[in-house]
Amino acid sequence: MRLRSGVFAAGCLLVQALGVGLFLRGFFPLPVRSLPRREPRGVPPAEPPPPGPGVTSNWTKIPSPLFKKVVIVLIDALRDDFVFGSKGKQFMPYTTQLVEKGTCCSFIAEAKPPTVTMPRIKALMTGSIPGFIDVIMNLNSPTLLEDNLIWQAKTAGKRIIFYGDDTWVKLFPKHFVEYDGTTSFFVSDYTEVDDNVTRHLDSVLKREDWDILILHYLGLDHIGHLTGPNSPLVGPKLYEMDNILKKIHTSLLSKEGESSLPNLLIVCGDHGMSETGSHGGSSEEEVHTPLLFISSAFEKRSGPLKQPELVQQTDLAATLAIGLGLPISRNSVGNIILSVIEGKTMREQLRFLHLNGFQLSRLLQENMPTYEKDPGFEHFKIAEKSHGNWIKLYLEGNNSEVLLNLGKKVLKQYLEALKILSSSLSKQVAQYDIYSMTVGTVIVLEVLLLLLLSMPKALSSRAEFEVPLSPPLFSLLFYLMCLMLCAVHVIVCTSAENLCYFCSISWLMAVGVMMLISALTCVILSAFGKMLENPKLPAKNPAVSNSSWSELDVLILAGTVGHAVSLGASSFIEEEHQTWYFLINTLCLALCQEICRHYFLVKECDLHLSTAVKQNFDDIEETTQCRNVDIPSCDSKLGKVTSSGQLLKGSEKWMGLASPWIILICCRLLRSLNQTGVQWAHRPDFGHWLTSSEHKAVLSLLAAISLVMIFILVQRRCSLVSKIAMALGLLGVYSYRAAIGNVVFPWQQDSKDISKGIIEARFVYVFVLGIIFTGTKDLLKSQVISADCKTKSIGLWEVYSGLVLLAALIFRPHNLPVLVFCLLIQMIMTRCIWKPLKFDAAQITIMHYWFGQAFFYFQGNSNSIASVDISAGFVGLNNYVEIPAIFLTGFATYAGPLLWAIHLLCYLSSEVSRNSAAIGHGCFCYALICSVPVTVYIILVTGLRYHLFIWSVFSPKLLYEGMHVFITAAVCMFFTAMDQNQSQKIHD
Amino acid sequence: MKDTEIKRLLSAHIVCVFSIILTTVVPPLFLENFSVLGTHLIWLCICSICVTTVNIILYIILKPNPSSKRISFAHKVTKFLKCCVFFFISCILFHGIIVLYGAPLIESVLETFLFAVLLSTFTTLHCLCMLGPNIQAWIRVFSKNGAMSIWDNSLQITTMCSIVGAWLGAFPIPLDWDRPWQIWPISCSLGATFGYVAGLIIAPLWIYWNRKQLTYKSR
Repeated sequence: MRLRSGVFAAGCLLVQALGVGLFLRGFFPLPVRSLPRREPRGVPPAEPPPPGPGVTSNWTKIPSPLFKKVVIVLIDALRDDFVFGSKGKQFMPYTTQLVEKGTCCSFIAEAKPPTVTMPRIKALMTGSIPGFIDVIMNLNSPTLLEDNLIWQAKTAGKRIIFYGDDTWVKLFPKHFVEYDGTTSFFVSDYTEVDDNVTRHLDSVLKREDWDILILHYLGLDHIGHLTGPNSPLVGPKLYEMDNILKKIHTSLLSKEGESSLPNLLIVCGDHGMSETGSHGGSSEEEVHTPLLFISSAFEKRSGPLKQPELVQQTDLAATLAIGLGLPISRNSVGNIILSVIEGKTMREQLRFLHLNGFQLSRLLQENMPTYEKDPGFEHFKIAEKSHGNWIKLYLEGNNSEVLLNLGKKVLKQYLEALKILSSSLSKQVAQYDIYSMTVGTVIVLEVLLLLLLSMPKALSSRAEFEVPLSPPLFSLLFYLMCLMLCAVHVIVCTSAENLCYFCSISWLMAVGVMMLISALTCVILSAFGKMLENPKLPAKNPAVSNSSWSELDVLILAGTVGHAVSLGASSFIEEEHQTWYFLINTLCLALCQEICRHYFLVKECDLHLSTAVKQNFDDIEETTQCRNVDIPSCDSKLGKVTSSGQLLKGSEKWMGLASPWIILICCRLLRSLNQTGVQWAHRPDFGHWLTSSEHKAVLSLLAAISLVMIFILVQRRCSLVSKIAMALGLLGVYSYRAAIGNVVFPWQQDSKDISKGIIEARFVYVFVLGIIFTGTKDLLKSQVISADCKTKSIGLWEVYSGLVLLAALIFRPHNLPVLVFCLLIQMIMTRCIWKPLKFDAAQITIMHYWFGQAFFYFQGNSNSIASVDISAGFVGLNNYVEIPAIFLTGFATYAGPLLWAIHLLCYLSSEVSRNSAAIGHGCFCYALICSVPVTVYIILVTGLRYHLFIWSVFSPKLLYEGMHVFITAAVCMFFTAMDQNQSQKIHD
Repeated sequence: MKDTEIKRLLSAHIVCVFSIILTTVVPPLFLENFSVLGTHLIWLCICSICVTTVNIILYIILKPNPSSKRISFAHKVTKFLKCCVFFFISCILFHGIIVLYGAPLIESVLETFLFAVLLSTFTTLHCLCMLGPNIQAWIRVFSKNGAMSIWDNSLQITTMCSIVGAWLGAFPIPLDWDRPWQIWPISCSLGATFGYVAGLIIAPLWIYWNRKQLTYKSR
């Protein structure tokens, strides 16, 4: 089967996307950990039986609750230093006083990454560690089916009231007797979300008809997203929270006189906040949250204030279950916090610890076949035995020092056992579906091999690749391999103990995948055989043959390989932007050298010719040949050594010489706009300076200038109608930003009325759609009527400018310069570098790809989930609508690479007159250059899956890479569609 | 004739390599608390000065590109001044390029500048000694197939090696190993130095290896 290289590359990438999807599904398995909660649970364990006959313990039921009413105040993004640090002292006086002198146990609870709200709520309420895939589900939270505290409380007949983030309502539908959910998607609103919670408080606190009250305040998180942890808005918000806590605490205290049991107030945060105000990663500021237990049951603190103890966030579920007299949820990996139960008798304390240990060892039994050898389990058994001895002594009425000391010893043993048990359970969370991962890896690897093998042919001037399909499909090897793989599939699926995704899909699809794998293998083998048959063929191609490699080719190859290899180190992933900045800088310098050579050596040729030495001519031709300069063009240049046009040439020359330096300076400026990564992320950058509230005027000026520049740079190739649409659209962008309060109009002094800017944003959307529609119409026209090339290039440019307008709308205003510099660099490169130097399509594609990657990071993205700007998904939407929100967020994140890819298409389609196969080559190279790092990374991640940083560094990067493959596949499809009509025209 | 010239080249390069080794060994005898990593800036100064003097002395002794006509004293002075200006310009240029590569603009200016000086010593100074302040000659040497003597070839190789060494030296900076040599600009300057030394050693060997293929056009 003969395929054009564009079609071939797009097909390959689609198959590769399938493989990546399968790998991702295996790498992030949905947590299937314990039996569903509906199953009857075993009776709660009794106290360990004392050895010897005669005495038996009478404590067989779950212990009675320790607290009557419990109020949980969850403040989103409450960082530990907001309570324990200087901010706490300043803005939360009541809480600080409670922590220092009152009846309060204070801890620092450590959250596990991903530090995003929904997994954290799950962790708090189930005590388990949610899988990484929960991040993706964060925006679309399904019902929590695991055993959890809320469900236990509800079945025990407790009445629960909830006010706050509606994630809870989605997680626990029908669990609350009364609730009011607030949506967390309007990040710019930080007062109303909290007022909606607080307004119920007075009436609820007066009433008596509830047992558990949960309040989830979102305002602080929104402030963090908007302006960061050091903004002046944080102080008043903390003060507001402090007042609320004071109100709740006094009300709880006043009620206590009537009842026998004390009440409990819990203050906690779900996650912290990084220095930039976002969260999701694993830096210390993001994972450390305060956890306060306030109740009259605790002793008043005396003595100097200690640094709060570090506990796990999952410990809350177990502690609270004991406090409420409920069974501990099955999947909980948390330990009881001892300080909370310290006031109880020794027998009760040991009983609680035994319950917790029993639950943990049960969980271990369900998850580990060799649980008996686990040190935690062994410790627990020993502790249980000495617990029995203690009970025997106790029941015998021994009340001496011996009993106390033995009790303390048992307590210590239990604590040790619990610690080891929960740490070995936490390790269990990372269970990989190796079979699906292997299948995915094999597909991805085979596609890459096929792409590499077909490179010489696909990049030849015909840009066609003969896929050897029929001989391998009828070969014996293919059928044998199919059979063998199916057999392997059956064996693996019948013998696997844990659930495996690839086994659970229908067998028809599985067989289809197996056939795909074997077909790919056979195709690769026969392509390889063909290459061996006529080994001369690759040598003919200048791009592959060794002799004519320029420095640029070496750099491109070394950069690609070096980047792929660097993905094995966690620091290089965290600081990947540095790699790309470094590479494009070097690329610019290499281009500079190339340009110098071009202009200066051509001049030398001229000089030589003017002396008219005939024998030198061969010499010059030799050098020109070496420089890959087209001989006819050189000849023509040599031919007319006249002074006419010398002036024009001079200015062109100086522009050409200056352009790499201009690009370098642009890149350096962009680099200081957004600091990303991990190590240097806290450094002050220009973006934060701009977004701080006192520099609003500067930001407005910059945004206005940027929008004007965008218009100037984009309009030059648009038709008149889209010029006007573009201008109006950009005006709309500014008025949208003014409406939501990011920038100000000069005549508008104080902006008090902040709206959501729905009308303004939709006004811009109309123009975006209009421009893209005109562009598509032109493209279709050029395809159907096969009009001239000009219509098509205008159409493509219009599609491009529509995307630029969309990006201008959803980019944060301080990022608008990124867009300007993107357009500027593209223009300079097209005009001053690529035109005179005449690179081939492959080189230009790779340069575009590199710049696209660099712009991905210039925008402020990084390889952690925290830097995804979710607010882009809500531009112009009244409430959360899934499809547009995902599309907009994806576009905002990948705007840099996408804009460079579309620009590449524009450029290559204007190059068609010079090289008819340009688009095909471009598409093929784009597919290849994208699939290399993905494949390498997938193999590396498989090897590093037990690395310490797998969840904090490698997994987010894997998600980014997966997303990148899907987007590249879409881009390649668009390329192919453009190539299609091109080739049709040629055939006509 | 060629073999003797290669021998001269080799001996000159060995002297250069030894001078660099001495800069790490000798100063601790005179200066307290001196170490290449600890007091890196002092080492940068010492190394630059040392390499400069050795290069100039070697140039005076060996005279790789002997010119036929006598040059007046005034001409020599202007040439020397020109060389100084060229050297200074190249320092500024290197500094600019390093900043464009992402070095901090305002903080640690001294470190960056001394690194630029070191790079200039390894590359520009060498060229100035060999070719003089003559841009045409520079363009000739650094374009493909432009070498006219083994000295030009060795110039190409050492310059290339020092710059590539400095380039490679930037790679360990993002790693989170917290080693003393990861501090700016130590890894880069060490990379440049190793590259330069490697270039000095490779150049004579490479020329010796390829002496049959190397044919030089007369001027």
